[in-house]
Parts: sequence; C-alpha cells; structure tokens
Amino acid sequence: MEASDVTLLGMWACPYVNRAQLALKIKSITYEFIDDNPHERREMLLKYNPVHKKIPILIHGDKPVCESLIIVQYIDDAWANGPSILPSDAYDRALARFWAAYIDDKWYPLVKVLRQTEKQEERTSLIQKLSEGLMLLEEAFVNCSKGKPYFGGDNIGYLDIVLGSVLGWLRVTEIVVEVQLLDETKTPGLAKWADRFCSDDAVKDVLPEIDSLLELNKKIQAFIKAGGFK
Amino acid sequence: MADELVLLDVHVSMFGMRVRIALAEKGIKYEYREENLANKSTLLLETNPVHKKIPVLIHNGKPICESLIIVQYIDEVWKDKSPLLPSDPYQRAQARFWADFVDKKVFDAGRKIWRTKGEELEAAKKELIDALELLEGELGDKPYFNGDTFGFLDLAFITFYSWFHTYETCGNFSIEKHCPKLIKWAKRCMERESVSKSLADPITVYEFVLMLKKKYGH
Repeated sequence: MEASDVTLLGMWACPYVNRAQLALKIKSITYEFIDDNPHERREMLLKYNPVHKKIPILIHGDKPVCESLIIVQYIDDAWANGPSILPSDAYDRALARFWAAYIDDKWYPLVKVLRQTEKQEERTSLIQKLSEGLMLLEEAFVNCSKGKPYFGGDNIGYLDIVLGSVLGWLRVTEIVVEVQLLDETKTPGLAKWADRFCSDDAVKDVLPEIDSLLELNKKIQAFIKAGGFK
Repeated sequence: MADELVLLDVHVSMFGMRVRIALAEKGIKYEYREENLANKSTLLLETNPVHKKIPVLIHNGKPICESLIIVQYIDEVWKDKSPLLPSDPYQRAQARFWADFVDKKVFDAGRKIWRTKGEELEAAKKELIDALELLEGELGDKPYFNGDTFGFLDLAFITFYSWFHTYETCGNFSIEKHCPKLIKWAKRCMERESVSKSLADPITVYEFVLMLKKKYGH
C-alpha cells in the first residue's frame, strides 16, 4: 500500500508544514507525522535536507522533497488520481504560482517582522505595506475565484492552501500588535474567503487553534528576550 | 488563429534568457521588445504592476510573469515538442528545488560580488563558490542536470554562465578552477542553438555591469 511509506517531518505550528498537511488531507493520503522541535531532530534534517536544513520535509519511500510549494505540487503530481490541487488551465496555474511566490517572497515575511518589531515607526510602515498587499490579494481572489467560493474555484486549491495556511499567524499578529489587517470593509472578498476557509472541516482538522499559536508566540517572545536564537 | 506572443525583456538578464531559450526549444515565434529599466514602458508597468520587472511574456494579450513560471507555462501549453520538465513527479520536484536554489543562492551571491568590496566581496565569493560546488555535486557525471537530455534545470542555470565572466573579473577568481565539471556542462549546453542564440555575450554583460557600477557608484 503506497500510503504507508509517506512521512512528513515538521512542526505543528509551522504554516509551511500545515500546507503539506492540507495537501495530503485533500488527497486522503495516510502518513506518519513526525512533529518535533526541529532543533531536536538535527540528524534527520541533515540527512533529508542538507541544503537548507529546514522543515517541512516530505519523505516518500525514503526520497525527500523539500520546500513547501514544491511539496504541494509534488503531492498533486504524484497522486494524480485524487482531487486536483493546481488549477487545470495552464494560465490559471501560472497565476496561482505567481501569487504563491508573491505571498512567500514579498508579503508573508512582513507579518513576522511586524509581530517582532517594537518600534512604532517601523510598525506603521509595515502595516501600510501589508494592507497594500492585501488589496492586491483581494484583486487576485476576484480574478482567480471567478465568482466561486475559493481561489481554486468550487474546492480548495493551491492558492487557498498557500494563503490559508498563514491566516493563523496573521490573526496572532493582529492580536499582538492590536491592529486589524484583514478588514472586511477594505477586502470583503478575502475576508469572507478567510472565514469560509477556516470553517472547512478538513482545514479545521489540520490548522492549529489561534489560542495555541498565541501561547506559543508568548513562549517564543520570552525566549528571544532572554537572548535565545542567537 | 495564430498565437500572438510578445516578450518584454532585457538582453543581459539571465532571467529573460531563460524564456528565450524555452521559446527557441519549442520553435515558437514571438516579438521581442527590449526594455530600458531606467525608463520602463507603459506596457511593462501595465502587465507587471506588482513587481514592474522583466521578463513578461504576453500570450494573446494575457501576461505571465516570473521567469520560471513563464518557462513552466510554455512547457505546459506547447507540450508536444521538446519537453523541458521531467515527466516523473519526483524528478520534477528535484528540478524545481534546484532551480529555486539557483534563484536564491547563485543570483544573490553573484549580485553581491559586483556590488561590494573588501570583506563583503570575499564573503560573497565564498557563498557563490559553495553554491556552485553544490550544483556541481547535483550534476554528478550526467551530461545534463536533466540526465541524458537538456531540460528545465539546465535551462534555469545555464543563463548564469553568461554572467560568470563578470563574477570572475569583479571577484578576481576562476570558477573553472573550483567547478571544472560545471564549465564542461556549460560548454555542452552552448552547443545547442537555442542556448547559444539566447545567451548574451559575456563581454556585453560585463560592459553593462561596468556601466551600472559607474552609475550607482559601486
């Protein structure tokens, strides 16, 4: 049975890991989840991802696949019989890939910086940039969904997974910094999509609860203040 | 109805070259438009409002941006000729992984080499050599990264060969000395018409960089 030789090395609170979990769930793939603090699993990291030494790592029949976006595409390619994750049209695929790269390279990294910066001037600038980005993503949602509930159309697809996986930490950041970033008056389509996505049963099964993330964030902040991670 | 294709590009861009190679591999006719990045055209700003960067491929009026995304699009639409991505899902994931590595590590380190001096430059050189050595390891004894035939990863990386002379001259070192197999591979790729016709001449690239260095005071 092919499903039994799939392992996911990751950490429950990491959105990049959640992406792989969502994709595996969509395809109904059974797998072993090694949920551990990556700092304690050094040997596995070095063996399966010597180049970047990062999670998530999908191990399929002892062959590793790294980088969350590549893992999700691999899952879609390797289990072609299940529901499709990438759009079926080539142009729609190019658009989905474009926005996924935008989210990962330009937009989402700012969320973490905002959460960890205490200077008001920096915060204001970051909030401005993030809001502008959300306006772009609202437009992307309208273009990609074409009136349907998800970026992927009727069902959750690639871009839903990519953006949906970071909603938890976005919410944590809003709470910690005391700012509303995802605003239904400014980005109504996106705000409704976010509610819809988070209410989906499969998603609820995979994504961590906001309270757990908030608690983890408190621990991380304390650790950083005490001089850790240096 | 014939396809209408326009490529917004800059001759010395290693990213633009990737698209040129892909189009040549598939035998696709297109209109090439050279952009002046100091004075971007309205068409560029309209078709890539998010990044305002080249390359942009406009297919029957619809724009596609980001070189590797464009190449995959070309491979998927013109799928009956010269496949670029491997058909095996695992090989495909590996090709994507290493192409992403080239974008992150080789490009960033290379850029620092012609923009910095002293200790920063030396650190950038080490970064680039480390990255190239990893890629050489990935190539192994295969004729191409893709195996027996030229493919996606070869295409993604060969365009940087036109920039090697610039990196070597600015950094005062020899890439061949560290990675002889890579140079052999590059020369093999250059025997392909799609590659030799798409890559900018290394001297042209170097002169372009000298102009930038002068303009921005690097």
